[in-house]
Amino acid sequence: MSSGKRQQQQKAGAFDVRNVIAELIGFYGVVLVVVGLLDDDESLAKTGGIDANLWAGIGMIAVAVAFALWSRLRPTVVDPPREDEQPTG
Amino acid sequence: MDEPLRLDASFVDYALVVAYFAVVMLIGVAARRRVSDSLDFFLSGRSLPAWVTGLAFISANLGAVEIIGMSANGAQYGMATMHYFWIGAVPAMLFLGVVMMPFYYGSKVRSVPEFMRRRFGTGAHLVNAISFAVAQVLIAGINLFLLATIVEALLGWPLWISLIVAAAVVLSYITLGGLSAAIYNEVLQFFVIVAALLPLTLIGLNRVGGIGGLIDRVTASPGGDEQLSSWPATNLSGFENPVWSAVGIVFGLGFVLSFGYWTTNFVEVQRAMATKSMSAARSTPIIGAFPKMFVPFIVVIPGMIAAVLVPELIDYKADPTAATGVTYNDAILLLIRDVLPNGLLGVAIAGLLAAFMAGMAANISSFNTVFSYDLWQQYVKKDRPDGYYLKVGRWATVGATVAAIGTALIASGYSNLMDYLQTLFGFFNAPLFATFILGMFWKRMTPTAGWAGLVSGTAAAITVFVMVETGVLDLPGQGGAFVAAGAAFVVDIVVSVVVSKVTAPKPAHELAGLVYSETPREVRTDPEAHKLPWYQSPVPLAGIALAMVIALNVIFR
Repeated sequence: MSSGKRQQQQKAGAFDVRNVIAELIGFYGVVLVVVGLLDDDESLAKTGGIDANLWAGIGMIAVAVAFALWSRLRPTVVDPPREDEQPTG
Repeated sequence: MDEPLRLDASFVDYALVVAYFAVVMLIGVAARRRVSDSLDFFLSGRSLPAWVTGLAFISANLGAVEIIGMSANGAQYGMATMHYFWIGAVPAMLFLGVVMMPFYYGSKVRSVPEFMRRRFGTGAHLVNAISFAVAQVLIAGINLFLLATIVEALLGWPLWISLIVAAAVVLSYITLGGLSAAIYNEVLQFFVIVAALLPLTLIGLNRVGGIGGLIDRVTASPGGDEQLSSWPATNLSGFENPVWSAVGIVFGLGFVLSFGYWTTNFVEVQRAMATKSMSAARSTPIIGAFPKMFVPFIVVIPGMIAAVLVPELIDYKADPTAATGVTYNDAILLLIRDVLPNGLLGVAIAGLLAAFMAGMAANISSFNTVFSYDLWQQYVKKDRPDGYYLKVGRWATVGATVAAIGTALIASGYSNLMDYLQTLFGFFNAPLFATFILGMFWKRMTPTAGWAGLVSGTAAAITVFVMVETGVLDLPGQGGAFVAAGAAFVVDIVVSVVVSKVTAPKPAHELAGLVYSETPREVRTDPEAHKLPWYQSPVPLAGIALAMVIALNVIFR
């Protein structure tokens, strides 16, 4: 559609809820992967032998990437630009 | 044991919790300053996408009650708890989207008391505003009690200190603007909760030896294999006869309680009204129904796992009078304690704290609105400047929070909070639903019938409740609440019809937009609807959701 042209409409950008989800869940994912790599036997006993932090972390990173891509590929358009104003952004 | 429930949180866990609340607070501050057009866009919801409002719609409800209450139910009754989702919530959400939403969106009613005032005048308005305010404080008490349970489990403080601390935290959450970005936060919260509960369920299943292991253990447990099938749920309803049990569940839980809850709960209906078109508003609860039908797998199943995995809970289920120091309400926290390693533990705590806090904040703020505008402004001090009512609202917020500490103590007396909550819904929602639906579709219903129906319906529910409590009626489980709700509904309808016959109705021209037959078709329909692809049209989507939920009912019967 208008994606080839110069940006004419303001995108929701950083405040797009999908980006916030991607950032928070992505942060959780990274922390969990690190914790998972350092986990000791006690944690493994709790989960019944799977490195839950590591796998949950990887899953969360995947979800975060999916949301980031979704918001990048199909940005939310805030408002059509007003005629008397130059779009910023 | 002296301290039956302690969560052993480490630095990483606290860091994850702090990260969540930092994000929420930042959004809150940004929302108050209106720093960005785009944020403004997400808050005012001039054209929120339906997937956002759909998730906010179920997230507004995926709070304490859902997580703790449904897992407690799962621990106590097993698969029968699925009825709350597959007979209760999902059909009610579809009904809301298909039948009632055109009407709400078209008439632009913003709250239940407002509908009552415009449809029936001050009598029904006053009754409804008072009962709504009372219900909100009672439900806020449940949220506060659960919040305090977590504080207690984390830090080991006694319940009353935890209650006060939790209340203070909620007050500051409201003051710091956490609530001004409610829809935004709800969507975020939904993902954090899923990120916590999905691993919890999978790890729990792994610990009990997979699905087969769970089945074996539940069969061997005191509940027996009856808890593996959802019908006829004689334990849940308390009816011995399976036919009556099914009738009680379909009519009491399904029709009256759930339809009453989902169709008159404006905290949720407002989520749908933040969309750009009638079709998007109708799609909101319908889109929400899809994730909703899978929520029980990460809420009820962990409860069932806890009941066969956690030693204290096994003992409690075998003998509820034994001094184990736990109740069914603790099921999910006990499972979290036993299976989640540090790291995931933090995600779980963040999700639970977020849900309970947001839930209580929503209760308190809707109490605040109804108290200052529907009660104080209408009946106590009229015609003061806006600032005056804002000040009243601020005191109402503090007052309601303090009152919630009291109602939290009532909630703490129930070993399964769903019993308590369903009782409350029977008192308040069942008569409301009856009056709402009759008033919407029957223009002859009079203003007097409006308040008389509500009062007698609530009185009927309370009478049934007292009879169950004193043992006149013998209904264990949640059957008492179902019968009370059914009685409230029937009595409300009968009284409303009888009173309407002997009193004068409102003139028809005052009912435009409020009664179905008096509302022009253009107001109720979306002129753009035929342009939408099938996956954005409400009715086909609702059909798919209905087929899926029937399939779930059949598979897990």
